[in-house]
Amino acid sequence: MTTEQATPGGFESSVESRGRRALHALLSTGTIFLLLFVLLAWIAVLNPSFLEPGPFLAYLKRAAPLVILAAGGYFVIVSGGFDLSVGSLVTVIVVAAARLIEGEPSRAWPVIALLLAIGATVGLVNGLVSTLLRVPSFITTLGMLLILEGAVFLWTGGAPTGALSENFRAIGRQGIEGIPLIEQLPWSVLVLFAIGIGAVLLMRADYGRQLIATGDNDRAARMSGVRVNQVRTIAFVLSGTLAAVAGILVGGFAGVSAQAGLGLEFDAITAIVLGGVVLGGGRGSVVGAMAGALTLEALFTLLNLQGISGALEDTVQGVIIIAAVAFASYRLRGTR
Amino acid sequence: MTLRRLAGLFALLVCALVIGACGTDESDDGGGDTAEQPAAESTPEASEFFDPEEYERQLAQRDIEPEGPADRPWEQMIEPEMGDTSEWQSDKDRYNICFSNAAVDNPWRQVGWTTMQAEVDLHDEIGNFRAVDAEASDDKQISDIQGLISGDRCDALIVSPNTTATLTPAVEQACNADIPVIVFDRGVNTDCPATFIHPIGGYAYGADAAEFLVENVDSGGKILALRILPGVDVLETRWAAADQIFADSELEVVGQEFTEGDAANTKSIVSDYIQREGQIDGVWMDAGATSVAASEAFEDAGLDIPPITGEDQQDYLTKWQEEDLPWMAPTYPTYQWRTPVIAALRILKGEEVPKEWILPQPQITDENLDEYFVEGMPPLFYALCGCQDMPGFPERWQ
Repeated sequence: MTTEQATPGGFESSVESRGRRALHALLSTGTIFLLLFVLLAWIAVLNPSFLEPGPFLAYLKRAAPLVILAAGGYFVIVSGGFDLSVGSLVTVIVVAAARLIEGEPSRAWPVIALLLAIGATVGLVNGLVSTLLRVPSFITTLGMLLILEGAVFLWTGGAPTGALSENFRAIGRQGIEGIPLIEQLPWSVLVLFAIGIGAVLLMRADYGRQLIATGDNDRAARMSGVRVNQVRTIAFVLSGTLAAVAGILVGGFAGVSAQAGLGLEFDAITAIVLGGVVLGGGRGSVVGAMAGALTLEALFTLLNLQGISGALEDTVQGVIIIAAVAFASYRLRGTR
Repeated sequence: MTLRRLAGLFALLVCALVIGACGTDESDDGGGDTAEQPAAESTPEASEFFDPEEYERQLAQRDIEPEGPADRPWEQMIEPEMGDTSEWQSDKDRYNICFSNAAVDNPWRQVGWTTMQAEVDLHDEIGNFRAVDAEASDDKQISDIQGLISGDRCDALIVSPNTTATLTPAVEQACNADIPVIVFDRGVNTDCPATFIHPIGGYAYGADAAEFLVENVDSGGKILALRILPGVDVLETRWAAADQIFADSELEVVGQEFTEGDAANTKSIVSDYIQREGQIDGVWMDAGATSVAASEAFEDAGLDIPPITGEDQQDYLTKWQEEDLPWMAPTYPTYQWRTPVIAALRILKGEEVPKEWILPQPQITDENLDEYFVEGMPPLFYALCGCQDMPGFPERWQ
């Protein structure tokens, strides 16, 4: 067992049995689940009610936007890129939603469709600029971050106008009522699971294998017939669309704010590397990335319960990014 | 292999733990200095952000009847000591007024800036109004001020300083240019300006909110204090005053947290506290932008909304009015953006203005909520703009 990560699909894994592959996948994400379990147990010790269905679902609901962003970011990172624009995209989505809906419930669904289209378009632009114009995605999406941030400021002058309607907010805030035992099943948790399952299925399909192959070695992938540019562009579109979904949930959860997505891109990247995905691409699983997001959110909850304030969260996050990447290189020593 | 993996995990956990542990110590120390020493309750000690004399002065100023027209609070003054302005009297019939603005990067400044422009439009005797936005940068504001005073283009200069200490030399330089300098909102460490305009201040703001909770939450109730950021003087004074008042009360402050002004963050923190403490009986806020988000945490937990202090922001006032909540809002009125223009004109016409022009700082309560609330404004509009009777209202502020 020289590599613990899911190996590039379609190359070596074809000789392995399904069972072994599943075992590999589990082992490769095992670390993060163990860490998640430890943190959840720790929170439960400090606050025994945490593991009851209600509070636990509330935690999942709160974590949902970050988990979804992590899933989207995973596609880009595993293909060898970066997406720094998702945080400001979330802000754009929230501010645009308020401006366009203006409290009218009837506008909620058309606006949601439009918001998803905005997300996909931003992703498409990111993807085309990074692939066709060959601008490194770090720069492309950093530029996009600044463009979107500036656009929000120009549009709102620092004070968003309009209002979200109740039915729009319900997606991030409410759920299906009256279920025995858990009382309320939040919509955002359902969205979270739907996206999680979709992402896993996608990574098991041809596209997923091509994506990992591209991130692992794009020349080799290109020579074996993978349309590398197309695969990467789709990854950015997925990331943009999922950022729009996250934005809809964030807006629903907390309401209108011109800072809605502030710093979320770094939260997402932290979550993804914490989940064992290697920056530079080719290694790591989407389940790991999402578990990384749950872990990060659990860590924030824990810090909060211990009375450690916001400023230190950044410090903890910085330590995690460095430690997780150092840990990954330590594990991968010799394999590259 | 597995062992190695666990070793890495262990290292990661240790990292997190070490960080966590340091943080806990720090915050305990910090809290111990201020919150948990009610022993010193009758003689409050001075600290970096607490000046007992200024605190007492502001608390007293709240009860002083201001001079001036009651329906135009932006022209009112508390205990004015008039200064001589004859040296700046000008016989021009049109004045050029310049304004160095710290920033327009938040809703409060947005509303204020719109109001100031509307005030300028009211005066035909202003020939030219030049405003420069420093975009929250001290360096840019220093060069802005230098640019404005060079070339003799300004008959008066209004400054809203970005920070106190750093901008002081630039303001002194402007004073030496022989034009009246009018400073408002944040001050500077020099008395050379013709006037310094500001509402009563942060201690009064924090105390208003804390006193409301002391009166409206049952004895022994649990209070959560939510603040935006540490270390910002205008916000620290608000908390310092509240801290004094809570220390002298029967209320228990179960936590003070920093929200970074983020609604989602605020909601999460409040939810955590509701879970951890079982109940929260009141929330003190150092600014109103996330008060509504805090209240939603109670709604989502299926609880009644307790007293939560806010600010004169539209979203807060709307919810308060619609749901008839036990709320109250201290204010830091945006109508103070009208006063500098009025002061500049008075000075240029040779009329006296107070050396320190202290504006009244009303609080919004159940009794006067209807008076201040205007329907149909955007969620981050500030009701105390004093702009309701200005031409172009409400469209200009929407």
